[in-house]
Amino acid sequence: MREIVTIDARDILPDPCRVLSAQGVVGPKPPSDRVIALLDDALQLLEANAAPKGLFEEVTRESFDAIYKGQGRNALETPVDEITPRSDNLALFAATIGEAVSATITRLFDERDFALGAMLDAAASEATENAGDIIQYHVFERLREREEADSETKLLRYSPGYCGWHISGQEALFATLRPGEIGITLRRSFLMEPLKSMSGVIVAGPGRIHEFEDTYDFCSDCRARGCRERIDSVLRG
Amino acid sequence: MDVLKSISTHLQEGDEDKVSEFTKAAIDQNLPPKEILDNGLIAGMNVVGERFRIHEIFLPEVLLAAKAMYAGMDELKPLLVKAGIPTIGRVVIGTVQGDLHDIGKNLVGIMLKGAGFEVVDLGNDVSPEAFVTAAKETGATVIGMSALLTTTMVAMRKVVELLGAEGLTGKVKTIVGGAPLSTEFANEIGADAYAYDGANAVDRVKALIAEA
Repeated sequence: MREIVTIDARDILPDPCRVLSAQGVVGPKPPSDRVIALLDDALQLLEANAAPKGLFEEVTRESFDAIYKGQGRNALETPVDEITPRSDNLALFAATIGEAVSATITRLFDERDFALGAMLDAAASEATENAGDIIQYHVFERLREREEADSETKLLRYSPGYCGWHISGQEALFATLRPGEIGITLRRSFLMEPLKSMSGVIVAGPGRIHEFEDTYDFCSDCRARGCRERIDSVLRG
Repeated sequence: MDVLKSISTHLQEGDEDKVSEFTKAAIDQNLPPKEILDNGLIAGMNVVGERFRIHEIFLPEVLLAAKAMYAGMDELKPLLVKAGIPTIGRVVIGTVQGDLHDIGKNLVGIMLKGAGFEVVDLGNDVSPEAFVTAAKETGATVIGMSALLTTTMVAMRKVVELLGAEGLTGKVKTIVGGAPLSTEFANEIGADAYAYDGANAVDRVKALIAEA
């Protein structure tokens, strides 16, 4: 199954606390009124400029294995190697919030509105994750409709460039998924345009399949550590 | 309140209109441009930088102050140029080849300018050759490179190698930054420094220039 999903900009507006956190605004002291005003302005600009869209396409494990192999540049052992053979379903996906938000960020910096530009950038990154969440939810709904998912089914996504999946894997992923249909293209450096886009594979199965230790060779260089939070969320949920 | 103190205070508050107004007032009082810069604008940014370092204020407030600094510099720069007053250093910055992520690089540029450096911003997707050429043409003594992708950060090594091939090692220092980078990576490729954020970049560039 392949499906394009058009998303309402209001549905990807991020949690204000996460945007502030991404800007380093953390700690016991409440943010100043000026920072709150910047946050409000950034969220309004985001809603006005975002044109979120997503796409997913279910693939068999065999097809995914070939895509995942890509140019053969992945780490020797990776979580995706470990997890996907235990999965029930796999879907390639891509999501974007569109080009206009990035253009607005650039304009704000050009106009020296640095604080608002940086706040919008942080909000846009969170919004892109939210667009990915919505695509993930759509995959779950399709599986549920076919009675291939239930309350025990947990979905998590993995992307080239993270967790040992070499970013060159974007090439094979794009060749199959063709996200050009929703306006996402790939540069020579495997970077997506619009910049605020994401792609990868959504893995569906019982929560326990997603569990892995962060002891791979590449984990020591990883600062994101988002895997811990995500694994916790599916094991808790 | 003393006009220089007013510049510094309003800059710390991120009040660009007031900073512009008091910078004009300082100029009208015939204060030397260098004194207005050092004891008004840069003094204010130094306070902002220190408050940021100790987590009293956050990035958005630093960026509001930086905008106010730029407003003051708009008034002052023609006088500084006319008086032939050099900046505290010239730095070429850019996001490396293949990489379009420029927010981090922009923030570093803003902080460096706020600290009184002249910044030559080459933008993003900058080739190794363009970094070296820009340093040679502008006389910059530091090249700052940013990368967000692990695949593009390898271009930083090429810049260090090109500087070596041109006999510029030690004369033009290199500093690298970006999410996937570390001090270890900087050491491995022979870069002179690594910075983890904009404020740290200012400190590191100051140290590199002091060493030169």
